Amino acid sequence: MSTDVITLPGAQTTVEMRRPLVDTLHEWVTTVDHKKLGLMYILYALVFLLIGGVEATIMRIQLSAPHKDFVSPQVFNRMFTMHGTTMIFFVAMPLVFGLANYLVPLMIGTRDMAFPRLNAFSFWLSAFGGLLLYFSLIGANGLYGAGNAPDVGWFAYAPLTSHSFSVGHSTDFWTLSLLVSGFGSIGTAINIIVTILCLRCPGMKLGKMPLFVWLNLVMAGLVILAVSPLSAAQIMLSIDRYLGGHFFDTQAGGSAVIWMHFFWIFGHPEVYVLVIPAFAVACEVIPVFSRKAIFGYPVMVAATIAIAFIGMSVWAHHMFTVGMSSNANTFFVLSTMAVAVPTGIKIFNWLATMWGGKIDFKTPMLFCAGFLFQFLLAGLTGIMMSAAPFDWQLGNSYFVVAHFHYVIVGGILFCLFAAFYYWFPKMSGRMYNEPLGKLHFWLFLIGFHLTFDFMHIPGMLGMPRRIYTYEPGRGWDTWNLIVSIGVVFQAAGILVFAANLIWSYFRGKIAGNDPWDAWTLEWTTSSPPPAYNFAAIPSVKSRRPLWDLKHPEDPDWKYE
Amino acid sequence: MSVATVTAFEPELQWEPSARGRLGMYCLIAAEAAIFTIFVVAYLFYLGKSLSGPTPQQVLHVPVLFTICLLSSSLTIHLAVRSLRKAKVGAFARWWFLTLFLGATFLAGTAMEWRHLIYDEGLTIQTNLFGTTYYSLVGLHAFHVLMGLLALSTVWLFAMFGKVRNEHAERIDTLALYWHFVDTVWVVVFLIVYVIGR
Repeated sequence: MSTDVITLPGAQTTVEMRRPLVDTLHEWVTTVDHKKLGLMYILYALVFLLIGGVEATIMRIQLSAPHKDFVSPQVFNRMFTMHGTTMIFFVAMPLVFGLANYLVPLMIGTRDMAFPRLNAFSFWLSAFGGLLLYFSLIGANGLYGAGNAPDVGWFAYAPLTSHSFSVGHSTDFWTLSLLVSGFGSIGTAINIIVTILCLRCPGMKLGKMPLFVWLNLVMAGLVILAVSPLSAAQIMLSIDRYLGGHFFDTQAGGSAVIWMHFFWIFGHPEVYVLVIPAFAVACEVIPVFSRKAIFGYPVMVAATIAIAFIGMSVWAHHMFTVGMSSNANTFFVLSTMAVAVPTGIKIFNWLATMWGGKIDFKTPMLFCAGFLFQFLLAGLTGIMMSAAPFDWQLGNSYFVVAHFHYVIVGGILFCLFAAFYYWFPKMSGRMYNEPLGKLHFWLFLIGFHLTFDFMHIPGMLGMPRRIYTYEPGRGWDTWNLIVSIGVVFQAAGILVFAANLIWSYFRGKIAGNDPWDAWTLEWTTSSPPPAYNFAAIPSVKSRRPLWDLKHPEDPDWKYE
Repeated sequence: MSVATVTAFEPELQWEPSARGRLGMYCLIAAEAAIFTIFVVAYLFYLGKSLSGPTPQQVLHVPVLFTICLLSSSLTIHLAVRSLRKAKVGAFARWWFLTLFLGATFLAGTAMEWRHLIYDEGLTIQTNLFGTTYYSLVGLHAFHVLMGLLALSTVWLFAMFGKVRNEHAERIDTLALYWHFVDTVWVVVFLIVYVIGR
């Protein structure tokens, strides 16, 4: 709401304030504006983040000591299934899409996505997919005639999903919700690709796009190639369950292993679908708070494409323990190790960006710094498990759980938190509270390390994942207690975060257009941006158009 | 790099809806191709793994005539779009209707084949792995043909009311892309099901 931007008649926010609630709601429900849809994606993901967090907390209370019966084994199975499904499909994916939706058109200097109505359609598909999943709690008639949630695990291995082992409709709710939200994801991915390739402002060649845009382009391509196989597999599972097909029915000669292949052909690229946008955030935040241009822009792009490309061919490293042929094992060991190379290049690029920079540890930068360390460690345990013999020992143990939470929480979620703080001023028009932001960071950092550092150890001591409880005296007790204590800190951090968002939205100090002295196009427009984004479509000459504007004596385009 | 090649306004990709539509359709085709790939892989993986009959060799007959129908519809839709580009609206409507007719004939062929398999040969989706994979793969394709036919019919209705004109050629061409894709998938399905798998 700054004054140095041209406002069109009727676009003033003061008018909006006085409208009846029904009008405002109607506008949000029927909107095709990429910013409103982006915000809805983000808010929707935050709601599910709380739900998924509660599910995790329930599991950790149950596991905090041996022989606890905080919940029944049945409920425990539902909790880990719902936690995994929720966090991947209804937290991480919508967060990623929400950020892409909100920021990509602003960063490439256009007024909306390429297909605004498809955008709204995709959002509502994803939203109703999430509702469908949770409707199973009351709608899916289970064994006892009452509703229950899916309890087959987030990768739903056959034959657990067959009618004989999964009575009632809980698995069908799981299948259908993933199918529906998957179509939503594909729609959004198509939209992102077309927007980036067709709607860039004058002068913004592919090589002049902000890295955030580049990485989201790669992410969208991966979504198209990865989520489609999942949809196909879900269609097959539905055929098995509803039409009496035999795709995954071993009694009729079907194969349970082919479900694993189909699921992980989606499942592993999905990790890159989520982590590449996290990289995208780091690529924007780290340069701005190091006051240096990103180091190795073309290499960064190439490494991202290499990660996506290699990432498509590593899926069966999730299946070493299944017993594949030694040729298959060797291939997937080598391809998995190969992914580490472009990923390592990225880490060095970020470090080189920070090197010699005037680093300002504001909250977004703190989260990105945490991300760098934690993602490195997550990658190292990943390399350990990419070796098939090591994986035979530790596959399906808590070591694996610790590893992928290190990636998803320590890597992806930390970057997404950085994104929240970095773009909150743009989205809300107000600054967040810096001390509260730092408190969030430290609480969450401590909680994260308490939980997930120490989770590796019971894994190495032989504790399998997904067990409901365990015997005392195996050396797991203390570690599990520490892991559970970490949850308290994480939950406290999340509460501080939520309080910060709400307080700052109403009381934060006015941010202005460009609170970070940043360089990409979204900071040229007002905060929050008007419906039309830019009064006049900008024209750019370099990767840092705002630098050029602020430093006409030494613009970037002279050197790029 | 220091050479001054920078001009103020280089002609970038235009704000032309057709470019967007085409690119969007290409992306959709990529996603659909990935879905079909999984079904094709499942079909090939389960070839000969059925525990009971009937087998493809016993019951499948090569649908030569209907395949010719579907593949030639790619030609007719191409001619339709070409007519529209030349603003020959009448020729467009005729070619378009022929495309619709050929597609519908193909779908009727699939229906007759399925009727034969279900009632005469006793092969359903529940019978064995062959039944499951065959009906799924061919059915997924038939579903895409059906969706294409619905879209084609919509355009044809508009054409009947004289609402399809020369300026719509790019949009119609985008739809034609989808139709070509459906035909291409049939080439793959035909090879897998009726040539390799039989």
